[in-house]
Amino acid sequence: MSQEYERQMSADWGSPKRRGQIWRTLRLDPTLLAIIAVIASFGLVVLYSAGDQNQALLEAQAWRLGLGLCIMIIVAQFPPHFFMRLGPWVYLVGLVSLLLIYPFGYEVNGSRRWLRIPGLFQFQPSELMKLCLPIALAWYLHERSLPPKPRHVLVSLTLLAIPCGLIVTQPDLGTSIIIAGSGVLVLLLAGLSWRWVAWSSLALMASAPALWFLIKDYQRARILTLFDPERDPLGSGWNIIQSTIAIGSGGLSGKGLLKGTQSHLEFLPESSTDFIIAVLAEELGFMGVLFLLGCYALLIMRGLVVSINAQDTFGRLVSGSITFTLAIYVFVNIGMVSGILPVVGVPLPLVSYGGTSILTLFVGFGLLMSVHSHRRIML
Amino acid sequence: MAEPSILKNHRSEAQIYIERVSIGAMVVALLFGLLLARVGYLQFVRYDAFVTRSDENRMQLVANAPSRGLIFDSEGNILAENLPARQLVMIPEQVRSVDDSLDALKKVLAIDASTEERIRTALKRRTKRFEAVTLMYNLTNEEVARFEANRMWLPGFAVRAELLRHYPEGALTAHAVGSVRMINSEDQRLIDPSAYVGTNHIGKLGVERFYEDALLGGVGFDQVEVNAKGRVMKVVSRQAPRRGDDLMLYLNTRLQRAADQAMGDRRGAVVAIEPASGGVLALLSKPSYDPNPFMTGLTHEAFDALTGSIDVPLFNRALQGQYEPGSTLKPFIGLVGLMSGHITTDGVIDDPGWFRLEGETRLYRDWNWTKSDSGGHGHVHIQKALYRSCNVYFYDLAHRMGIDLLASQLRPFGFGQNLSVDLPEAKRGLLPDQEWKQASRGESWRPGDTINLGIGQGDMLVTPLQMAQAVATLANRGKFRPAVMVKDRVRDNGSMGQFDELNRIPDWAWETIIGGMKKVVHRGNQRFGENGTAWAYIGRDIPYTMAGKSGTAQVVGISQGEVYDEDLIDERLRKHAWFIAFAPVVDPSIAVAVLLENGGGGSENAAPVARAIIDAYLMDIEPSLQAADPSSLLQAAR
Repeated sequence: MSQEYERQMSADWGSPKRRGQIWRTLRLDPTLLAIIAVIASFGLVVLYSAGDQNQALLEAQAWRLGLGLCIMIIVAQFPPHFFMRLGPWVYLVGLVSLLLIYPFGYEVNGSRRWLRIPGLFQFQPSELMKLCLPIALAWYLHERSLPPKPRHVLVSLTLLAIPCGLIVTQPDLGTSIIIAGSGVLVLLLAGLSWRWVAWSSLALMASAPALWFLIKDYQRARILTLFDPERDPLGSGWNIIQSTIAIGSGGLSGKGLLKGTQSHLEFLPESSTDFIIAVLAEELGFMGVLFLLGCYALLIMRGLVVSINAQDTFGRLVSGSITFTLAIYVFVNIGMVSGILPVVGVPLPLVSYGGTSILTLFVGFGLLMSVHSHRRIML
Repeated sequence: MAEPSILKNHRSEAQIYIERVSIGAMVVALLFGLLLARVGYLQFVRYDAFVTRSDENRMQLVANAPSRGLIFDSEGNILAENLPARQLVMIPEQVRSVDDSLDALKKVLAIDASTEERIRTALKRRTKRFEAVTLMYNLTNEEVARFEANRMWLPGFAVRAELLRHYPEGALTAHAVGSVRMINSEDQRLIDPSAYVGTNHIGKLGVERFYEDALLGGVGFDQVEVNAKGRVMKVVSRQAPRRGDDLMLYLNTRLQRAADQAMGDRRGAVVAIEPASGGVLALLSKPSYDPNPFMTGLTHEAFDALTGSIDVPLFNRALQGQYEPGSTLKPFIGLVGLMSGHITTDGVIDDPGWFRLEGETRLYRDWNWTKSDSGGHGHVHIQKALYRSCNVYFYDLAHRMGIDLLASQLRPFGFGQNLSVDLPEAKRGLLPDQEWKQASRGESWRPGDTINLGIGQGDMLVTPLQMAQAVATLANRGKFRPAVMVKDRVRDNGSMGQFDELNRIPDWAWETIIGGMKKVVHRGNQRFGENGTAWAYIGRDIPYTMAGKSGTAQVVGISQGEVYDEDLIDERLRKHAWFIAFAPVVDPSIAVAVLLENGGGGSENAAPVARAIIDAYLMDIEPSLQAADPSSLLQAAR
């Protein structure tokens, strides 16, 4: 430590090494931060157009990003093992709040997802679960030797199934699937044997026809719409038709910022939230989409580098799960807007306007930073 | 920090992890590639299609319906106009539930079952998002006030202004002008939809129908940019609608009204024509109906009342009523006889009161034949045959001429065909001949058929319009002018090749016949059986010269075998009364055909109607005609 300190003292301020020291002191990863900043700024530009140059909307989003940044910095200050110890308790809190929804939750659009702490704030327990579950699974598997034994896999699956089951009954199938996905990701990263993967995939495919009858009418309609949006062009097909028109009419370089007709004339629904990529594609064209996807790719690559360099199983699994979940968000969002996936309410990370999801995202980034900056062997 | 409680192989775990992350990274790369491929497909391969669809989305053509051309009578009085009316519309996208909204509306405005039914069909017919559906037409001030007062409870509803066709003369000119009707599903298949955007009505009858293209005008289009809610954001380009052409008719509203008054409550038809032009001065069918309620849709009850009436007010008797001509055919047969040399002006026959074919026992009786008296008109020449309406003279003449000559020479007067310029709905009537009888009845023509035709009976049918056209041709001394409603729009309205035969009729023949017709009206104060048939009814005080001919048509049967009650049967089996006339005799300015359904004798009943109409017309031209000096009147009329 002391040698290091001396080196620090003798080093010239402003030299690359010196700057590295600052970041390390702040416990942040400058590469990751830079990519996040680029995506978020780009997102604000797109939102400026998508929100019809609404100043208030833009400010709210900027504040939210700022708050997210603060949370990320705070989270980054704690070592990963702090979260690992917290893991089981956070998971329990998440479960309890999911249960509390039954008596106390309130309904929005026919589904009970929100819990309100009177006089304080309101939140979605399922949003909390998005991070709690991977942490809890990573905590559980951290203590076991890997690859996980069948018994451990079963326990993990149980830990996964309880919250997902609760969320399905809200009902919120989309979120439930995503949370289950992030849990399965942890298992896959932990080295779940391919035989398990193969068998469960087969089982899933076999049960698909049964699922078709279990899901609700509107969900069936969404899937049918995916295959034939013109089935009900003014109803369920409207969103997807209008978003593909928006994307397609953008061409190589787009109609120009603020000049997208699909969004500004309100043909495109949810243009500043879930469907914001269509605004980007319409106004900035293929170039814009390519740029954003490139940024996401860099972000994911950096996240994976962080997780590979993590020092223990917990750090690896948590950072890996967070990074891949992000990739899934990007894929599902753009996939649904461009018409290759059914419409599910998944925002585009860092770009879509919206509250809770951004905070969850930055807690995740904070965890990545924590894993990155709390390595005992520094390079 | 809790140390792992079991042995872990950190190296192999890291190895597994790197392997898994690499696979995961490849999957992510694959998925991102898929996204790029999809977006690229949309943006490059389908680019043109989506640019088009994006433009179709935002660019809308808003139709500005043209204002329909007005229709004036010959003096510039308006017969068909467009009045602003307010209609209630609904935009289904802006109401939560159509049923609930209609229920809410019912609390504010009276909506009967048929209106509701119409609303529901209109909703089904809709094709565009945010397209307004018209629920109610022609709102009254009170309805508008009630709606506005409750507007906050009725989102998605609005009151809009449109122009609605209106016929200020109502029933008086309904059959002459025709009318527009709401476009129905059948029309929709036939019309060019682009020409009728924003227009709810189409000319369905009469002038309104024939001149539809001219009256309609051209739709104007505003190219506008709209948002998804259909609100216009800006106007990109504007093309003003082209107003429909105004039409001026030959019709004279005051004459039409005079005819209407003269007809009173009687059923029948009047057609008056200006001989020089063929222009229709009056066209009346009684009873008539008010076309205005049709503009906004009749209630079922009102419609049933109109269609179910035994008097069939919707039926245009002037154009489509087909009747036996009766004795009104005699002047034309006389003309053919004179031209073909079968009779001469002075040639006389002896009328015993009946006519019998050689070798047959059947008697063809004259109208004044009685069993006790030998009857008959005694020595009869052509003019007497006309002014006394002698049947035997024409039995004999027709028999000697034969059907072939008769049929071919009557045709140029317009019988058996619709030669009118702009009245396509008019029926053709029927001019029977040998071929026709063979084809329609499978029987050969018998001499008795020719004899009957000689006095306008048997199979021949004419419409009041045809009769007026024919008498106008008489007035013109052979210059045929097809009947025409609208001024200044007609191709050459001169005589056509097929009427050369009329030109071959010598002047003296015309004057002989017209002289006989003049005596029908003017020959009076003679001994019994020597006066003109109409003199007693219209000739005593007539202040101008008129040539006329009465006729009586047998009622062939009760239409469609319907069962009417006893009293009505008697009335409706009575003969139809005809009178055709023109005046003044020299240089005629009006020719008239009057038909009274079940009106009885022509001279007694139909002639006074014709006289009243001609009075109104001539005295209108020259008020001094009211002075009862025939010679000065003649001068004035010239």
